[in-house]
Amino acid sequence: MALCLAPKEAHAHLVQTGFGTFYDGVVHLLITPPDLLVAIGLGLLAGLCGASASRGVVFALPAAWLAGEMAGSFFPVTLALPWLTTVSFGAVGVLVAMNANLPRALLVALACGAGLLHGFVNGATMVAAGSDRLGMIGASVSVFLVLTLTAALVVSLRAHWARIAVRVAGSWIAAIGLLMLGWLMRGQG
Amino acid sequence: MAFAHQETGSITGIVSGLKHPVSGMDHVLAMISVGLWGAQLGAPAVWMLPVAFPMVMAFGGMLGLMGIALPGIEIGIAVSALVLGAMILTESRPPLWFAAALVGFFAIFHGHAHGTELPVGSSGLLYSIGFVAATGTLHGLGIALGLVHRFRGGRLAVRAAGGVVSAAGVFFLVRIFA
Repeated sequence: MALCLAPKEAHAHLVQTGFGTFYDGVVHLLITPPDLLVAIGLGLLAGLCGASASRGVVFALPAAWLAGEMAGSFFPVTLALPWLTTVSFGAVGVLVAMNANLPRALLVALACGAGLLHGFVNGATMVAAGSDRLGMIGASVSVFLVLTLTAALVVSLRAHWARIAVRVAGSWIAAIGLLMLGWLMRGQG
Repeated sequence: MAFAHQETGSITGIVSGLKHPVSGMDHVLAMISVGLWGAQLGAPAVWMLPVAFPMVMAFGGMLGLMGIALPGIEIGIAVSALVLGAMILTESRPPLWFAAALVGFFAIFHGHAHGTELPVGSSGLLYSIGFVAATGTLHGLGIALGLVHRFRGGRLAVRAAGGVVSAAGVFFLVRIFA
């Protein structure tokens, strides 16, 4: 438990697009691999679970993400929670690889948990790096876009081989998570 | 576009990860063979192996990163080419559980070998992303090549490829013990 909560110094990548902090936040997701992987992973999972489940997730994740960011913004630190974020996207990858057909309520709960976690880390580190709440809203919008596009793509797939490709993508995400856990243990040791 | 923070080593991390699975012919041949054999076995193996293999290999990588020693890594990698090539050459069709277990067994060796070789200054996460992507792409290449086995001439070609891989495995073993 203590290991999972062990913080590490975060190297906040705060891109200045030149278009304003909202757009900086939009880009932030795209250059933060753990966040991007969990958003894509949940999009794949929601898509595999069907349109009805996806409708719940595409709003639950960004909303939870924003709530997490707002909470995290009250604790501006340059620390991340790599163990927890790695376990979150790794677990999502495993579920995708297994083609887990989760009930809608469970899927939404999973999305909320992941959103609160990643959002909290985002909020804490983005504020510490000089971003404002507009940037955090931008990040949540980016999550919504990535999630919705991914889920919609998967829902539209009919061919058996295409759904297998989605599961392969999930196994890749899970594999990245496993390797990352190894890195983290190496660093801890 | 201004980057307020730029982590040096990020690019080297993902590039290192992409390059590592293709850095050794033993790795390349084994990864392609997994796809070839899966295509030869057909459904469900053709998709089960590419789904399971990355995770099992990453588990091996995790063991390597944790410093858990695995004896005979290089021998295991060489034997993987020999055995997988032989399976393709002989068109072996063992039970699915056996095929998955065999591939998984070798996956741990390959993963362990990869998992300990991050260049200094590189990003572990980006290395992992590049590494997994390159490995998965090799599997996909093997499956794509293996699809020709549906044709009569293609069947022979795939079996011949298996023979080449197996012979290469023998060569790698000889090189280890020489």
